[in-house]
Amino acid sequence: MKIVEVDASGLSHKGLNDKLRDHMLAGVDKIVIKNVYGQRYIGTRLYSPGSDKKLEIEVFGTPGSDLAAFMTGHYIRVHGNVQDGIGNTMDEGSVVVEGRGGDVVGMSMRGGRIFIRDNVGYRAALHMKEYMDKKPVLVIGGTSQDFLGEYMAGGIVILLGLGDKPLKANFIGTGMHGGVIYLRGCVDRAQVAKEVDISGLENGDAELLDKCVGEFVKEFPELKISKEEILKGEFSKLMPLSKRPYGKMYAY
Amino acid sequence: MRSFLFPEFQVIRDEVKCNQCRGCERQCSFGTHIFDEAKERMISDDMKCAACQRCAIFCPRGAITIRPTPSPYRPNLGWSRERIEDIKKAAETGGVILTGSGSDKGFPIYWDHIVLNASQVTNPSIDPLREPMELRTFLGAKPDFLDLKYDGSEVKIETEISPNIVIETPIMFSAMSYGAISYEAFSSLARASKEFGTFFNTGEGGMPKDLREDYGGNAIVQVASGRYGVDAEYLNCAAAVEIKVGQGAKPGIGGHLTAPKVTPTVASTRMIPAGTDAISPAPHHDIYSIEDLSMLIYALKEATNYEKPVSVKIAAVHNFAAIAVGIVRAGADIVAIDGIRGGTGAAPKVIRDNVGIPVELAISAVDRRLRDEGIRNRCSLVAAGGIRCSSDVIKAIALGADACYIGTAALIAMGCTLCQKCYTGNCNWGICTGDPKLSGRLNPDITTQRLSNLIKAWSMEIKEMLGGMGINALESLRGNRDHLRGVGLNEWELDVLGIKGAGE
Repeated sequence: MKIVEVDASGLSHKGLNDKLRDHMLAGVDKIVIKNVYGQRYIGTRLYSPGSDKKLEIEVFGTPGSDLAAFMTGHYIRVHGNVQDGIGNTMDEGSVVVEGRGGDVVGMSMRGGRIFIRDNVGYRAALHMKEYMDKKPVLVIGGTSQDFLGEYMAGGIVILLGLGDKPLKANFIGTGMHGGVIYLRGCVDRAQVAKEVDISGLENGDAELLDKCVGEFVKEFPELKISKEEILKGEFSKLMPLSKRPYGKMYAY
Repeated sequence: MRSFLFPEFQVIRDEVKCNQCRGCERQCSFGTHIFDEAKERMISDDMKCAACQRCAIFCPRGAITIRPTPSPYRPNLGWSRERIEDIKKAAETGGVILTGSGSDKGFPIYWDHIVLNASQVTNPSIDPLREPMELRTFLGAKPDFLDLKYDGSEVKIETEISPNIVIETPIMFSAMSYGAISYEAFSSLARASKEFGTFFNTGEGGMPKDLREDYGGNAIVQVASGRYGVDAEYLNCAAAVEIKVGQGAKPGIGGHLTAPKVTPTVASTRMIPAGTDAISPAPHHDIYSIEDLSMLIYALKEATNYEKPVSVKIAAVHNFAAIAVGIVRAGADIVAIDGIRGGTGAAPKVIRDNVGIPVELAISAVDRRLRDEGIRNRCSLVAAGGIRCSSDVIKAIALGADACYIGTAALIAMGCTLCQKCYTGNCNWGICTGDPKLSGRLNPDITTQRLSNLIKAWSMEIKEMLGGMGINALESLRGNRDHLRGVGLNEWELDVLGIKGAGE
């Protein structure tokens, strides 16, 4: 396995991503980026037509917004917090954040998985979508702000509420017309949009949670909590009432 | 509920000519023509007629005439028939009234109040039939200066040049998504673009995989708020990427491609499940400011390895000149401006007919503003929304545009009659539909020919007009308002357009 280290000190986002791309084209397997200080788009310029080679990228410091935007299949682990727009329109691959995420995490995400250990900001999973077996997964260890799953059209969001903060978000699932959100702990009907149905777990949900939460705890041993302990909690399942929330809005 | 609406159109059947062949019945997807089995003759339900004229043109005996019905109401200048019937529709459904195509309202069309110059005596006109005329246009950012090095044998450009795309004529096909229009119509636009050396715009519905290899080089792929079908392969298969912020027909609002139009193939191109509404939110939720727009522009440049120009399309609205300057400073290589007469597959009528400004005023104002700020070279301007003929194109260029997008004109070339029923998905001309029975009516070979003929004809006309002005390269006309004069315009309009009145 070919591993290289990149020092991001003083580099612009373009400078840093030039280096990452060069390393990818040179056949490197793993890149460790040190001293990241707000550089955006890490992972975005790593599309290489005709190659399905997947890189492993470790980020030390705080990456800028749009980390893994449009990303195609690489694995990024961030030792720290991330800013806004993580996984924007991401296509495949994994992002693991040992910290908190900003706003619009996983916006328009179309595949792959994002694991955030702590809390996230507003509008997480906004307009996330799925097609056939391409189903994005977003697991959040802590809690989220308002508009979680807004306009959601597909994919899976799991909010574990592991910290001591209760979920205070409102407008959850506004405009939701696809996908599913699992919330651990209780949620008040008033926090959830009227076009969303709240139910308990049904057939197949336990297996799905078992798999996703299992992967999540494996990524964060520092949480010192087992999958079983998390799954013991009570889960609510949020699904859209209709695939066409605005179907009756128009006169023809 | 009984409807109180009157039929808008009347089907007049010449009973002598009609031989009950039932062709009209097969042609009409709205169900206007019905065969009365008992009486063995064709009858019509005028209420269903959209005046698309499909039956009239395809009736082998020329037996059908479709006419607008005269208003049945007492004449009233305040309460027009349209106002009365819109109220009835709203009262009967409680819904937002949808429509298609561009606004049919009587906003001033400034093109028709601008006249072109021609050479007389003091400078010669040029005959394009015998002398070369240059219509080739480069779209993208141009450098502030060129650093040239001469090493004794060849000249080298030291300046880093931004990627540009080349068109052989200043006319491109406007964004029309697969899903809003049929595969046959979409692929015809792609083929005609390749044939003529121009570009088509995928709209926000993604690009069918089978077209990418052959026609990607002539595609501008769009990234809109729905992000449908957007992945690295889609972005990289194209010549340029366009961020759609707004559309002239519906500035400020998003779009819903209704579930019935999301067929399995449309679903696979958009990468969403078939039979769900494809909802494009009104804003891009990662763009709440110019700084955010810049972030997306550079995200797309990163995703395409800085190899493709990034365009930003906005609707012409108030203060857009300042907005456009912000867009250029945010890093856009092309700014496309869509005026109030721009078309659409579906929009609330109230938005289409009331929001935005004419593109003529917009393009001139933004060109001047960019020049004033000294950054006109950093972007190309594309005018869109109500470009109806070659003289509109050439006037737009003299007002400062680098090129034009045509949408409605391209649809008309394919057979569209502007019946405005695009949103129903029942287009009898096979253009705005996902129904294979209807879209199969479009023969892509013939449709491609029609589109490329249109561009060929307009390009020739542009050369004639250019030659008449004594100009042999379009570049010399760009922003050259001295070749325009206004007729019947107020002073403020002349000011905004930056042109003199005729006679001056």
